[in-house]
Amino acid sequence: MDQLSTVFGALADPTRRAILARLTDRDLTVAEIAAPFTVSQPAISRHLKVLEGAGLISRSRRATARPSHLEAEPLRAATTWLARYQAFWDESHDRLDALLTAMQEGRITP
Amino acid sequence: MTTTRIIAEPGVPFIDLTREFAAPRDVLFRAHTDPQLLVQWLGPRRLTMRVDRFELRDGGTWRYTHRDTDGTEYGFHGVFHGTPSPEGILQTFEFEGAPGHVSLDSLTFEEREARTLVRIHSVYQSVEARDAMIQSGMEGGLNEGYARLDELVAHLAPVA
Repeated sequence: MDQLSTVFGALADPTRRAILARLTDRDLTVAEIAAPFTVSQPAISRHLKVLEGAGLISRSRRATARPSHLEAEPLRAATTWLARYQAFWDESHDRLDALLTAMQEGRITP
Repeated sequence: MTTTRIIAEPGVPFIDLTREFAAPRDVLFRAHTDPQLLVQWLGPRRLTMRVDRFELRDGGTWRYTHRDTDGTEYGFHGVFHGTPSPEGILQTFEFEGAPGHVSLDSLTFEEREARTLVRIHSVYQSVEARDAMIQSGMEGGLNEGYARLDELVAHLAPVA
């Protein structure tokens, strides 16, 4: 699987997206990440492993608590991926909107 | 403000697009099938669109090109399956820059109270082929300027 697929696989889970959102403020330990969730700490650890595998987070090897750090670049690649396609259709459909208005006002005849 | 929603789920070779327009569906159908109208909206403004063929019937073929400001041309072609009608259009779609990667696109026009919801369901031969299509952004070099991390993070809804 290429990296983008791995990233999207990791982002497909709502708990993992929530973990990423929490890491935008600062680096957090597993215990800190797990605190607001109803799922167990081992379950959070498994999610962190998936996020780390996708390159979305990195974990310190030095500190025993191994705080997690959000890695921005794979997320940026993931947003850019769809953004260019989205931009194509956004601009096309905005132009279509204007054309439909002109057609309905009779400014364009069949 | 209406926006175009595009969904590309991981693991399945589909792209689903929806967009609502303030016009009845026969007007939408004309805008999608009259080549003189089509060239006025399909694609970003900086690309010049030319329709070479548009045979609006079962088994009819279509081909168009988008020309960039630097003269680069991107060709696309396909075949209509079934007679295109205001209810919908079923067609194959192939980017000539990636020959053999043919998708099957179904367009439907649903009218409600003088507004029309356009849906496009595209089926690719594999997830990889779909992802490559999305990666190209339809054709290369589209502006990527506004893809910002903070936009995505704003969409990362926390779970309760």
